[in-house]
Amino acid sequence: MVDLSVDCGGLRLANPVMPASGTFSHELADIIDFDRLGALVTKTITPERRLGNPTPRVAEVSGGMLNSIGIPSKGAAQFVAEVIPLYAAFTAPLIVSISANTPDEFAELCRKVTVPGVAAIEVNISCPNLEDDGRAFAMRPHTTLQVMQKLRAATDLPLWAKLTPNTGEIPEVAAAAEAGGADALVVANTILAMSVDIRTRRPTLGKVMGGLSGPAVKPIVLRMAYQCVRSVGIPVIGCGGIMTAEDAVEYLFVGCQAVQVGTATFLHAGAMLDVIDGLEAFCRDAGIERVSEIIGTLSSSAEDGGMVWEAIA
Amino acid sequence: MIEAAVPTQSATPDRMPATEFDAEVLCNDPVNEEYNLMAVSVPERATGAVPGQFFHLLCPQKDALQPFFRRPMSVYRIEPEARRLSFLYKVTGTGTRAMAAMKAGETFNMLGPLGIGFSLPADAAPIVVLARGVGLATMAPLIPFARSRGHRVTAILSARTPDLLMSVDEMRRDGADVLTVTDLQGTSDVEIVEDMLHMLYGKLRLGGVYVCGSNRLMLAAQRVARRLDLFGEVALEQQMACGLGMCFCCVRPFREDDGVVHRRVCREGPVFPLLEAMQW
Repeated sequence: MVDLSVDCGGLRLANPVMPASGTFSHELADIIDFDRLGALVTKTITPERRLGNPTPRVAEVSGGMLNSIGIPSKGAAQFVAEVIPLYAAFTAPLIVSISANTPDEFAELCRKVTVPGVAAIEVNISCPNLEDDGRAFAMRPHTTLQVMQKLRAATDLPLWAKLTPNTGEIPEVAAAAEAGGADALVVANTILAMSVDIRTRRPTLGKVMGGLSGPAVKPIVLRMAYQCVRSVGIPVIGCGGIMTAEDAVEYLFVGCQAVQVGTATFLHAGAMLDVIDGLEAFCRDAGIERVSEIIGTLSSSAEDGGMVWEAIA
Repeated sequence: MIEAAVPTQSATPDRMPATEFDAEVLCNDPVNEEYNLMAVSVPERATGAVPGQFFHLLCPQKDALQPFFRRPMSVYRIEPEARRLSFLYKVTGTGTRAMAAMKAGETFNMLGPLGIGFSLPADAAPIVVLARGVGLATMAPLIPFARSRGHRVTAILSARTPDLLMSVDEMRRDGADVLTVTDLQGTSDVEIVEDMLHMLYGKLRLGGVYVCGSNRLMLAAQRVARRLDLFGEVALEQQMACGLGMCFCCVRPFREDDGVVHRRVCREGPVFPLLEAMQW
C-alpha cells in the first residue's frame, strides 16, 4: 500500500490529484467517486452574475483544445447558498475558485466565500484587471503583489494563486505571489491562442482568441512549474496537459506538490482516478512507500550521452 | 410559463447513470451519399437510453484524422433485447469521417446515455413529429416509443430531394403515418408544413408536436403550438466538449419569464420545451 498523501498549501491531501477549475462540477459525481480525489475545485465564480462569451466557445486543435467560455457565473450569493452545500457530502476538501475585475472586488469576494465548508480559496489572478488596462493581474509582479496583499487581508483560509502562463516573468510573478501571502501556486492557467477555419475564413471561437489546454501545453507549463518551484518556498501545484499518471510524475519530479487534471476529464470522465491509480502503481513498481518521496527528485542534468527516444540501431 | 401543457410521461423519469464503455461495431455502412448507419453491441445498461438522449463517442484517432474531443450523437435505434444501439450520422468533419472509417469488429469507446429525452403528452394523445436532415436520427426512436405507449404518430419528413429522405419504411414499420416533403418537389415550404399541422390537428386532435433538424421547421412548429396551445418539444444540436455539464461549451439561449437565459444542451437538453427555444 503506497501512501499517496501530500501536504499542499495549508492542507493535507489524501493524494496529490485534483481537478483543474472549470473542468469539474458536481454533475461529475454521477459518474466518478469524488471521495477518491485529493481535493475538489469549483469553476471560477465572480462577484456578479455573468452570462459568458458568445458561442462557439470551444474548438479542438492538434493535441488540445481552445476555450473562451468567459466564466459564466451565478454570482457570489447564489454560489454560497446553493453550490457550496452540494459538496458537503464529500470527504475531499473543497477549493473554491474566484475571480474579479479589480483588487478590491477580488478581496470582497474572497471574504464572501470564506465560509464553513470551504477548505481553501484558489484565486484566479490570470483574469484581466480592469484597473491595469485589462492585463491579467499575474502578468506582472507588482500587480500580483498588490492583489495578493488585499486577498491575504480578506481571509484566514489558505490562498492558492493561479498564475497565467501569458507572461515573460513567471519566476518574478511567482515570488510576488508568495510575498503577497499565497500559501500555494497553481501553475498555470491556459495559454492565449487562436485557430482559424480555412473553409469559412473565420476564427473558430466566437471571441476569436481563447486559452489553449491539453497535451499540447504540457512541456511549456512543466517548464514554468519548474521555474516556479525554484523561485518560491511555498508548494507549487502543476496544471497543464496532464493526461496520464506519467505526466503527473513529471510534474512531481520537478517539484510540484500536487497536480490538477483538466482537459483529460473531458475525454475520459474517470481520468483523475486513472492518474491516481497510475501514480500508486508507479510508486509500487519502484518500491517507493510514500509518493512525497519522489517530489522534487529531478536530477540536475540530462543523462550524459543518453538516448531518450529510439535511435538508429 | 409559456409551456402549453404539462407532460405526464417523461422519457427520463430518473436520470440513468451514464457510464463509459467499449462498444463493438457490428456494421457501419452508407445509407446514401451523406449518411452512414452504424450499429454497435453495448453493455445492457447502455440500452436503458431513451429517445432524445445521446452518447458521447470517442472517435478513433487514425492516420490524418485526429479528432480531439468526443462527438455527441443522439441514438437512432435502441434494441434492448439484442443489446444493440444504432447511430445514423452525417459524414462531415474529422470526427464523423474517423467514425465512418470504422469496421465491424472494432471497438468504439462511448459515454452515455446522457441528457434529457422526450416526454409524451397525457391520455395517449396523437402526436406529430417533424424532422429534417440530422433531425431524423434524433426523431426516429420516438416513434416506436410513443406507439408502444398508445400514441398515434404522424411523421412529416423533410429533405432537399426525395433521394435524401431516410427511414420512411422503418418509420412506417414502426407504426407511424409518414408524410414526406422535399425542396425539389416544392412541398417543403414552411407555409405548407404549417397547413399540414393545422389539418392534422383538426383531424386527430393532436396532443403534441416534436421537431428537430431545421430552424425554419422549429419556428413553424412554434407558431402552430402557440396558436393551438399545443404541447411541444424540440431537440437541439450544439458542439460539446465534456457532454456532462461541466464546461459550459454547449449553451444556447432560451426564453424564461421575461428574460433570456443560457441552458446547457448536454445537461438541461438536448430536448427542450418547444416555445422556450430561440433558435435551432
